[in-house]
Amino acid sequence: MAEAIVELRDIRVLFPVRSGNLLPGRPQKVVTAVDGVSFQVFSGEILAMVGESGCGKTTIGKTILRLIEPTQGEIWFRGEDITRVKKEQLRKLRSKIQVIYQDPYESLDPRQSIFDILAEPLMIFSPEISRSEMESRVISALEATGLLPAREIAERYPHHLSGGQRQRVAIAASLILEPDFLVTDEPVSMLDVSIRAEILKLMLDLREKKGLTYLFITHDLSLAWMISDRILVLYLGKIVEIGDAHSVIHDAKHPYTRALVSVIPLPQPKHDRQQIILEGETPSPIDIPPGCRFKPRCWLWKELNQPEICSQLEPGLKGNGSSEHSYACHF
Amino acid sequence: MLLQVQDLAIQFTSKAGIVHAVEGVSLELAAGEVLGLAGESGCGKTTTALAIPRLLPRNATVLNGKVLFEEEDLLQKTDSDMERVRWSKISIVFQGSMNALNPVINIGDQIAESITYHEPGVSKSEIKERTAQLLEYVGISPNRIRSYPHELSGGMRQRVLIAMSLTCNPKLVIADEPVTALDVMIQAQILNLLKTLRDKLDLSMILISHDLSVIAETCDRVAIMYAGKVVEQGSAEDLFGNPCHPYSTGLLKSFPNIYSQREFISGIPGYPPNLLDPPEGCRFYDRCPSRMEICQQVEPKSIFTSKGHQVACHLFQEKPHG
Repeated sequence: MAEAIVELRDIRVLFPVRSGNLLPGRPQKVVTAVDGVSFQVFSGEILAMVGESGCGKTTIGKTILRLIEPTQGEIWFRGEDITRVKKEQLRKLRSKIQVIYQDPYESLDPRQSIFDILAEPLMIFSPEISRSEMESRVISALEATGLLPAREIAERYPHHLSGGQRQRVAIAASLILEPDFLVTDEPVSMLDVSIRAEILKLMLDLREKKGLTYLFITHDLSLAWMISDRILVLYLGKIVEIGDAHSVIHDAKHPYTRALVSVIPLPQPKHDRQQIILEGETPSPIDIPPGCRFKPRCWLWKELNQPEICSQLEPGLKGNGSSEHSYACHF
Repeated sequence: MLLQVQDLAIQFTSKAGIVHAVEGVSLELAAGEVLGLAGESGCGKTTTALAIPRLLPRNATVLNGKVLFEEEDLLQKTDSDMERVRWSKISIVFQGSMNALNPVINIGDQIAESITYHEPGVSKSEIKERTAQLLEYVGISPNRIRSYPHELSGGMRQRVLIAMSLTCNPKLVIADEPVTALDVMIQAQILNLLKTLRDKLDLSMILISHDLSVIAETCDRVAIMYAGKVVEQGSAEDLFGNPCHPYSTGLLKSFPNIYSQREFISGIPGYPPNLLDPPEGCRFYDRCPSRMEICQQVEPKSIFTSKGHQVACHLFQEKPHG
């Protein structure tokens, strides 16, 4: 197996809640956004992180980028604990770990030309390079992301470009410092469906050519199944299942994953599959249920006549014969 | 037929010029049916749907066409007659559950408002009873009747919007992207709710979505729009089982299906044409993988390839049908 490029060890992220209660001595409420998450991302892979809104997937992404400080735990990047590095080192690391956000209408500064958007990271991280080298790197980043003719595009502003082109600019900007690892947070959800394939294909091509590794954050399970090597499923800040993409979808073990997979809308009418529709919504991460956090919505728990253990003990991740697919359920 | 839209053409006046948003759109909807309007942003699906209850913005002009609802042309009705059609015959679940509700009025009062407006004279106690019942229909506990929109989740707000659309027992409900931006599980809950309500209340529906999977899960018939035109229309089985128009085929291949081969989605390279100056000939010409010379010059007419299955593409020729 390939080496791990990124490893999270028991990461917890808590946010204090502004309760409007200014009296001292009252207990401060906290949101447990991420609650003890450990996983590795292997060099060259695409690991998809899926889950519903509020499950902590974006928070984990931002924690790896150190845009959010973890309350507890370590994040290792290429053999170094990056939760402890100092400011100057962190700057260096930032060039190796980059991000692509969801909304290319908001992630690009409308007042900068495409050239300036792409040149800015270079000016910050390698102020010593010459103007001509800067130009050639900007042009080649545009070319690598299929923004042609590159010289013409470089002079334009974001509002001149379509959504797909803007997302290409965002990708070019994230690649200009030649990172090893990319966190992509819903990179195609804002784009029209017919454009998505091109952007995803570009991401795959760049993995081949530049040896990139991706953490691919998405709420779309069928997309995760199609593009990723492995899938990680989160529920209320904890991993409920992780494994090979195909087996997580087609041989899902955790009752939550099984329910999610059963309701993926399919582009074919009149199929006869049994949908497991969970009632209610994900509970608030302020009051996480004791024992198994999925229990209050768990259909399997009801089917098994409400076993005691689910209320008493939080299930850990356990293997499924092979260590490559594990899930957190007592059953 | 409950609804027949015939040869509808709509344009918008904007600073940049005249946008030819919808041209030559014809649709049919039988009572009890769910029609899906599919297509990407800017294809004219919302514009077409809003033209039915005459709710287009002021800068829009209907140039041509008929909207026959129960055999009456809605476009010929006076404004006050139209008010009697809206909500009591045709209602809408507007797009964007986050913005479609008034943040400073509780949900009970918002639902009650449409009853008071459209059915003056209904007693207060009856309004209260009906509001509570509507909330129950859509799966919200009636004791939340005094909740404000910000106290509800996205899924719950969508349920409130659905309840609002049902206040005056309409025959036709138009739902504009009712599950977009909702989580998968909530999406399934809402789609299920729509199916249940349709059976229980004997509704006809027009469901607008860019997501063909959502359309496939819920619709009996489907119309696919591209750049202001309907390019293909037919039963869901025909459209998903035997798509004809190259745009439909391409769009279908843009959605991964976890129960088929695990292959990469193909997408459609390029962008839709600018509707300020739509091209002559077929509007899909620039992006079409099967384009021919004729396509650039002559606009394809919509023809039947089989009973109930229409396509507007030069690759297909009319077959006799009975």
